[in-house]
Amino acid sequence: MADTRAPAARPLSPHLQIYRPMLTMMMSIVHRMTGFALYFGTLLLAWWFLAVGGPNGYARFTWFAGSWIGRLILLGYTWALIHHMLGGIRHLIWDTGRGLGPTEREWLVAANLIGSIVITLILWGIGLLALGGTP
Amino acid sequence: MSANPHIRTPLARVRGYGSAKSGTEHFWHQRVTAIANVPLTIAAVTILITLLGRNQAAVAQILGSPTIAIIMLLFVASITIHMRIGMAVIIEDYVHDETLKLAALVANTFFTIIVGLTAAFGILRLALGL
Repeated sequence: MADTRAPAARPLSPHLQIYRPMLTMMMSIVHRMTGFALYFGTLLLAWWFLAVGGPNGYARFTWFAGSWIGRLILLGYTWALIHHMLGGIRHLIWDTGRGLGPTEREWLVAANLIGSIVITLILWGIGLLALGGTP
Repeated sequence: MSANPHIRTPLARVRGYGSAKSGTEHFWHQRVTAIANVPLTIAAVTILITLLGRNQAAVAQILGSPTIAIIMLLFVASITIHMRIGMAVIIEDYVHDETLKLAALVANTFFTIIVGLTAAFGILRLALGL
């Protein structure tokens, strides 16, 4: 039988490095990166649900969540979640064919980025207050 | 005569009712779960914030209450389906070796089901008082 796997010496379409970086392009990459991070972040979510089952397990979880590395991961998790959610809403708007004009699309990605940072800070402000000012 | 050489119409083919039995399901399911994820994430984050600073017994009681448990189960189901499709797209985009790609896609299916069922077990244990 003939080898059906021909060598792939065909010309390739230009990829990322040929384009000038633009905010919409960067935000597309960030959307994928936050989705990738959230994928592994669900391990923490599953751990939390399991840990609540008993006092010892819950103590281990809260010890980790309260450590500086735990706090850092949870802060990143919060931002990634909010950013990916707002980015998802942006993509759903774009799916309808709206908001794709030169000014609207720039406005949408800027709102996405600023909104995710602001909402993350607000949520952490509320969270730290709920913990009684002893973070 | 039609210019279309296929017996099936383009609409029928894109709907995926042919022999492959698949068409745009992944695209569509990713959007359906994305829509579901928005209210479910807002609800889950709100619940989480109200639980901060409470002891284990209180957190277990609140998470195990029917409404909260159902919201959390829906949240876990929707995000894990969304995760599985999203990661499959990433794998298909970047992993070009056929064997490695197949292994990664299978691992993705296993990971998302294990994480989803583990989280669901944790919630159900609280709700059913096991």
